[in-house]
Amino acid sequence: MEKIDRRYIFLAILLLVLVPLLVPIGLPIRVSREVQSGYDAVAEIPDGSTAYFAADYDPATMPELHPMALAALDQLFSKNCKVIGACLWPAGPPLLEDALRRIGEERYGKKYGVDFVNLGYKPGNEVAMVSVGRSIRATFPTDFYGTPVESLEVMRGAASLTDMAILVNISAGYPGTKEWVQQVQSRYHVTMVAGCTAVSTPEYYPYFQSGQLSGLIGGMAGAAEYEKLVGKLGTATRGMDAQSLGHLAIIAFIVLGNVLYFATKKKAP
Amino acid sequence: MKKEVPLLITAIFGSFMVIDYFVPHPSVSAVGETLQQWAIIVISFSYVLGVANIARVNGEKISKRSRDWPFAIPLLMGLAFMLGVGIFGGIGERTLFNDFFLYAYTPMSGTMFSLLAFFIASAAFRSFRVRTLEAGLLAVAAVIVMLGRVPVGAEIWDKLPGIADWINNVPQMAAKRAILIGAALGAISTGLKIILGLERNYLGGE
Repeated sequence: MEKIDRRYIFLAILLLVLVPLLVPIGLPIRVSREVQSGYDAVAEIPDGSTAYFAADYDPATMPELHPMALAALDQLFSKNCKVIGACLWPAGPPLLEDALRRIGEERYGKKYGVDFVNLGYKPGNEVAMVSVGRSIRATFPTDFYGTPVESLEVMRGAASLTDMAILVNISAGYPGTKEWVQQVQSRYHVTMVAGCTAVSTPEYYPYFQSGQLSGLIGGMAGAAEYEKLVGKLGTATRGMDAQSLGHLAIIAFIVLGNVLYFATKKKAP
Repeated sequence: MKKEVPLLITAIFGSFMVIDYFVPHPSVSAVGETLQQWAIIVISFSYVLGVANIARVNGEKISKRSRDWPFAIPLLMGLAFMLGVGIFGGIGERTLFNDFFLYAYTPMSGTMFSLLAFFIASAAFRSFRVRTLEAGLLAVAAVIVMLGRVPVGAEIWDKLPGIADWINNVPQMAAKRAILIGAALGAISTGLKIILGLERNYLGGE
């Protein structure tokens, strides 16, 4: 079995991921309870209220997390909510900017500084989170472009996280969902919905069951479910066929690897 | 004094932040807010140190022709270039910095992360052996959850997503809760030891 060139495995994965992206199968998507709860939590906030959008991810996880960020922003802007976006990951602000402009400005005609703002990056991890909980303006005196936040219309009446109708966090790891729950949600009792990578989702199930998280969007599958609920099918929905076949391939490799291993072991003296 | 002063600062500020969490009085909160701003400023300076350290380590690597030294050249060039275009050209939309970020760094970073899929497939084939009962349980749970989380699972068997949800919501969550509670107790214990000066590793490996 050691003689099998692993490049054949790489080639199989490449084909199984690439072909469904080029020729979609269109497998039906089932909405899970966690994602439905997240959608409902956003739907329940009053129209026109203000949301804090914590985009704690970077380009490495962009294919998995950006679609759910777009879908969540779509739902918020469709309710005429004002969005205050910020990042605790240094490479996050340009991605947040892309998401806010693409959905807010291009799709819903919202204006920067009036309906949404990108506050950029702030170091400090948990310290910055608690600081945002106390005072957004003290933590982010200027936005991504260096404009004083006091001069922005969207920041009026948005002093701290307790003024927010909801906290939406898209998280690729540390600092992210766990820290937002521990440092901010449990302290200020703000309604919180989290979206995270598939690999980290199991870690946040206890927070969803306890009610600290009102919704949990896990990985590309969760993003595809959210896209279905919002009614705007995007890259996550298109990626689900590829992910389905990818999972099937990995299962097949586990089975095949074990069959070959035990067959070889039996033959050995 | 080199030890006593940092220990005293840690004890005072650490204790105050604990009090700040439990006492929501405006006077306490005001001091807490100031301390947090100080912390953010101090942490920001660590980035300057980080950049200086990268420049020093990789500069030495090039000058000494250490192992893989040619790779240090594009690293330093990239660092200097992005710093330069960011400082002099701005970082907003339609800037050179943003273009390089979105069209060079983003796809390269995504590519590195996506390589995981290939390595996971290879590892699944070459290393995941069901030699024990525990490994068998792990394999069965993994297969159910992997299938249950994607649309093809429901196409194979409509009960699969429900079983995957049960695995996530019952046994997985019980184990995760135990780990979280254990880690939280450990964090409280370590925090107290640092505040009381019993844990001094942060001072430099004492």
